[in-house]
Amino acid sequence: MLLFFITIPLCAAFLISLFNRKIKNLSDFIANLATFILFLFSLSSIKLISLYKIIVYRLGGWMPPMGICLVGDGLASFMLVTVNLISFLVMIYSISYMDRYTDKWKFHALFMLMLAGMNGVILSGDLFSLYLFLEMASISAYVLVAFGTEPEDLEASFKYAIMGSIASIFILLGIGLLYSYTSTLNMADISSGLLNKPKGLLVGFVAVLFLAGFGLKSALVPFHTWLPDAHSSAPSPVSAILSGIFIKTLGIYALARIFFNILGISDKILFLFMVLGVLSMVVGALLAMAQNDIKRMLAYSSISQIGYIVFALGIGTPLALLGGLLHLFNHAVFKSLLFLNAGAIEYSTGSRKLSDLGGLNSKLPITGGTSFIGSMSIAGIPPLGGFWSKLIIIIAAVQTGHIGFAFVAVLVSIITLVYYLKFQSFVFFGKLNQAYIKVREVPLVMKLAMVFLAGISIFSGLLLTPPFKDFLQSATGILLSGTAYGQAIFGAIK
Amino acid sequence: MSNEKGMSLIVKTVTRLTFGLIIIYGIYIVLRGHISPGGGFAGGVIITLSFILLMLAFGKDNVLKKLNQSRCLTFSSLGALIFLFIATAGFINKQKAVGGKEHFAIFGAGLIPLCDIAVSVMVGTGLFLMFFALVLLVEEKEGK
Repeated sequence: MLLFFITIPLCAAFLISLFNRKIKNLSDFIANLATFILFLFSLSSIKLISLYKIIVYRLGGWMPPMGICLVGDGLASFMLVTVNLISFLVMIYSISYMDRYTDKWKFHALFMLMLAGMNGVILSGDLFSLYLFLEMASISAYVLVAFGTEPEDLEASFKYAIMGSIASIFILLGIGLLYSYTSTLNMADISSGLLNKPKGLLVGFVAVLFLAGFGLKSALVPFHTWLPDAHSSAPSPVSAILSGIFIKTLGIYALARIFFNILGISDKILFLFMVLGVLSMVVGALLAMAQNDIKRMLAYSSISQIGYIVFALGIGTPLALLGGLLHLFNHAVFKSLLFLNAGAIEYSTGSRKLSDLGGLNSKLPITGGTSFIGSMSIAGIPPLGGFWSKLIIIIAAVQTGHIGFAFVAVLVSIITLVYYLKFQSFVFFGKLNQAYIKVREVPLVMKLAMVFLAGISIFSGLLLTPPFKDFLQSATGILLSGTAYGQAIFGAIK
Repeated sequence: MSNEKGMSLIVKTVTRLTFGLIIIYGIYIVLRGHISPGGGFAGGVIITLSFILLMLAFGKDNVLKKLNQSRCLTFSSLGALIFLFIATAGFINKQKAVGGKEHFAIFGAGLIPLCDIAVSVMVGTGLFLMFFALVLLVEEKEGK
C-alpha cells in the first residue's frame, strides 16, 4: 500500500500532461480524484500502523541493507495524513482560483510531481532515495513559484532555486560522507551501524551539514531569506502548499528523522535546535509586524511558527515533542487557510496591500469569518487548535527549566496576536474602500475549501483527546525511540 | 538544393549519410541495454542527438514539421506513463518481470527491455523539448 502514495500522483501527473489538449477540464478532474484517493489512503494508513506499528515495503523483494525499502511508521503516517489532507483541500480550492492563469494543466502536473516527491520523502527508507524525492519536490516547487511569470516571480524563483540547490549540495555531501563512514545508505542500517562505531568528528561534521541543508529547506532564521519572496510571489494555492506542508516535510520531518532516529540526538544538538527555534520565532514575528503585503506577512509568520516547532523538538521531552507535532499539524491547517484567504482577497479585489483594503467583512463574509478563525488560532486564543499546541510547548519548556525561552515564546505569541489583529482590522474591519464597492464573494469551491480548513483548525485541539491521542502518540513514540529505530525496522522485516 | 536554409553542402551531405547510422546505433544501444553497457537513457540521448544534428544542418523548420513541440510532449508523457505501468506490473509478478531462463539472451530479461524502450522515448523527447525551448527562447529575444 505504501507504494501507492508515490505511484498515484506520478501517474496522475503523466496522464494530465498526456491528455490535456484533448479534453478540457480533464486535468482538474484527474488531480482532484488523485488527491482524494491519496487522502483516503493516508487515513487508512493510520489503522494499518496502529495494527502493525512498522510497515516495511521491500522494492523488488530485495532485503533492506542491500535493496531499497519504503518504511511506514507512526511519524510517517502522521505526516502523510497532514500532507494529503492539505493538498486535497488546496486542490479543491484551485479548481476556481487557477482559472486566472493560462496553462492550468501545467500547474496540476507539477503539483502532482511535488506531491509525489513529498510523499516519497516521508516514506523512503534510505538516504539516497530521500535525496532524490527531495530534489523532485524542490524542482517542481521552483517552477511553481515562477508560475505567474511576472519579473518578480522569476526573481523569487531564481533566488529560491539557488538557495535550494545550495541546501541540496550540503545534504548530498552529508549523505556521501555518511556513506563513506558506514558503507551503507539504508537509514536503519546507518542508525545501528553508528551505534557500534566511535562518534568522531566526522559524524559531528555530517550533523552540521544536515542542519545547514535541512535548515535552509525549512527556512530557520539564519537561512530564511528565500522564503518571503518565494511564498509571496507564488500563486496562492502554491503558497499554501509551500508554507503549509512543503517546508515541514522537506525541512522539519527530514531534520527530525535524521537527527532523532539516525545520528542520535545529544544535548548540544538539542540546545542548538532550541536556540535556532527561538531565534526564528523572534525574528520572524518582528519582521512580520512591519509588512504591508498580506502574503509577505504570512510568509514571515511561517518562519516564526516554524521556530515554535523546532524549539519544541529542541526541548526533547515527550510532552514537548507531542506539542511540537500538534503545532506542526495546526500550523499546516491554519497557515494554508490564511494563504487561501489571501488568495480569495486577491481574487475578488485584485490587491493584497494592507493599506488599500478595508471593511471587506460586509462584502466577503465567508473569507472574513474563516480568516478570523485562522488568525485567532495562529495567535493562540483558546479554545482554538493553536492555543493547545502552544500551551503544551510552553508548559514543556517551563518543566525543563527553560523559563527564559518559555517567556520569549509567550511574548512572541503576543506579537503574533498583534500583527494578526492588524491584518484583520486593516482588511476586514473599518471603512470600505470605495474602489471595492462592487466586490463579490469568491466561487463556491473556494469557500468550501476555506470552510473545511477553518473547521479543522477549530477542532484540532481534539487530537489530544482519547480517540485521536494514539495517532499523535505513535508519532511521538518514533522520535522518542531514538536510535532504536534501526533495530525496530530490522525486527519488522524478520 | 531545394532548401537554402541550414549549413553548407558538405555538412548536409555528411549529415544525410550519418543520420540513419546514428539512429540505428541509438536503437541498438536501447535494445541491448539489459545485457551490455547502455540502456534507455543513453540510447534515447543518442537518438535525439541525431535529430539535433539534422536540425543544425538543415535548419529547424524541416525537423519541426515532423516532430513538433506538442507531439514531443505527448511522447514524453506517454513514455513516462508506460514506464510507470511496466514498473507497477513488475510489483505484481516479480519472477516474470526480471526473470528469464537464459542469461545474456536478448529475450532473457523479462520486462526490462520494454522499460528501456519506454525510458528512451521519455528521455529522448524530453531532451529534444529542452533543446527546442532553448532555440525558441533565443528566437523570441531576437524578435524583440
